[in-house]
Amino acid sequence: MPRPPIYGLMAEFTEPNELIAAVRRTREAGFQHIDAYTPYPIEALSEALGFHRNRLPLLVLIGGIIGLLSGYGLQYWVAVIAYPINVGGRPFHSWPAFLPITFETTVLGAALFAVLGMLALNGLPMPYHPVFNVPRFALASRNRFFLCIEATDPQFDRENTRRFLERLVPREVSEVEH
Amino acid sequence: MADSTLPTPHPAPVEPAPIIGPGHTFASVTDKIGAVVLSGRTPRWWFVGFGIAFSLLMLFLYSVSYLVLKGIGIWGVNVPVAWGFAIINFVWWIGIGHAGTLISAILLLLRQEWRTSINRFAEAMTLFAVACAGMFPLLHLGRPWLFYWLLPYPNTMGVWPQFRSPLMWDVFAVSTYATVSFMFWFVGLIPDLATLRDRSPSRVGRFTYGMLAMGWRGSARHWHRYETAYLLLAGLSTPLVVSVHTIVSFDFAIGVIPGWHATIFPPYFVAGAIYAGFAMVMTLAIPLRKAYGLEDFITMRHLNYMARVMLATGLVVAYGYMMEAFMAWYSGNPYEQYMILNRLTGPYAPLYWALMMCNVVVPQAIWFERVRGSVPALFIIAMFVNVGMWLERFIIVVTSLHRDFLPSSWGMYYPTFWDWSTFIGTIGLFLTLLFLFIRFLPMISIFEMRTLVPEAEVKEEA
Repeated sequence: MPRPPIYGLMAEFTEPNELIAAVRRTREAGFQHIDAYTPYPIEALSEALGFHRNRLPLLVLIGGIIGLLSGYGLQYWVAVIAYPINVGGRPFHSWPAFLPITFETTVLGAALFAVLGMLALNGLPMPYHPVFNVPRFALASRNRFFLCIEATDPQFDRENTRRFLERLVPREVSEVEH
Repeated sequence: MADSTLPTPHPAPVEPAPIIGPGHTFASVTDKIGAVVLSGRTPRWWFVGFGIAFSLLMLFLYSVSYLVLKGIGIWGVNVPVAWGFAIINFVWWIGIGHAGTLISAILLLLRQEWRTSINRFAEAMTLFAVACAGMFPLLHLGRPWLFYWLLPYPNTMGVWPQFRSPLMWDVFAVSTYATVSFMFWFVGLIPDLATLRDRSPSRVGRFTYGMLAMGWRGSARHWHRYETAYLLLAGLSTPLVVSVHTIVSFDFAIGVIPGWHATIFPPYFVAGAIYAGFAMVMTLAIPLRKAYGLEDFITMRHLNYMARVMLATGLVVAYGYMMEAFMAWYSGNPYEQYMILNRLTGPYAPLYWALMMCNVVVPQAIWFERVRGSVPALFIIAMFVNVGMWLERFIIVVTSLHRDFLPSSWGMYYPTFWDWSTFIGTIGLFLTLLFLFIRFLPMISIFEMRTLVPEAEVKEEA
């Protein structure tokens, strides 16, 4: 697909509720490639945008399991195979003594996957993104709420979509350059 | 407060003070918290405070250099008290760190919104306290430059660490704790770093904060995953913080020394850690809110709640002291009985009674509404608890070690100048990091404060 001339169209709102209503209407109008930008997390917004699928919890579980197996495996291998030391006649595989470290590595694995997984799924770090080309977008990290309809959307049309966005009574509609 | 008129309505029964001052908006919280970092005008007291902290940090470097040169013989440690200040300070610092995790993780899971304005610097406090704590076991190694021998890695010596030892558990617990605390803190900072990037007047600021923010743009999709990650991290940190101090208490409880070999140690240590940590949060929050005029964000309600947590955990700790004495008597074990007698009347008895004073008697003042409403009183009580919790570790480490089973192996422990200078030096390290933090990063979570302002209320089915 050839690259569209602009990244998309962006509407600015002053109120979270306006944005949520606008997102609902945009979705009802059939737009799919949309995203909203807010200064703080709004739960109702992700619902309005219709994404529920989140693979992060699964990743965290996998991270935890990797941490658990490698932590315990390391201790077992060291204490039983690589470097067995007889401590007071206790078995080499003295598993109760291995639990504290196993617990720690489990938490470590899960936490690493949670953070790195979140960043990876979000595509961060990404120092450049077209939305930053909108001068007023700096307010998305302060007190303004933005809705962006991306040009890749099948229904996107530079003129019609702009008119559609203007009907949502935003404070301003601007084009997002690449 | 005796009152003659009969039906006295209890003053302000539900919410004594709001968690955020009136009249705040998205813009005002952003600007007010951001201004501390971005205004470019650094208050004079910051330089004074940083100067003092930095001098202490230099004292620390000097002490460490001398330690590396001479060895740990410059400390007062020797047989029988081979642990001394190094372990006392380690446990004290790591305990202080725990309130940060408690505030950021456990109170998040319990949906305590009041945590929002204190969690950021409490987490920073955790991080810096863990950094200070980590110094002591490393320096105590004697040859700190070989610390990596503690890590399991294939080496030409063909040896591996002993995983049955609680000291190895410590290595994993503390390093995991430091890593997870750092990630938790940094993840919390990302949206605020984006705010600073967008608002910084200088190119250097925009670039630095921009790199650190990693291109955060507040996309709803990102927020969705972000919230999940944050919640999961909180869920992971909660058992982690309990496990860390449990493992620290195992350093003692796994040994057979009288006064250490007790099953009450893990819960007693965890409660003590939270107690000490909240005291430290108060110690830091009270001057900071005053200095930066943040009384709207860290309100009396926060101080009141923190005081209550201190009171509650203080009572658990007091119960721990009581149980130590009771079990010593009830066990019928003469060594345990002598241990407690030695604490009460032995050469370190004044410290034991000072500990009781600081940790058990003084904090009872928090029961009074008037004390909870008085900022200076709370600050003084918090200072008492800071000292008391340090004394507690002194008592646990020193009184148990200095007179164990055989009177022929008894001895005394006296800290030297270098013990003190290393300890005070880590306070310098802690304060230096803290001063840098409040100068260059938002000390209150801006994006979470935005969720608390009235504008943020989302109408159901708008």
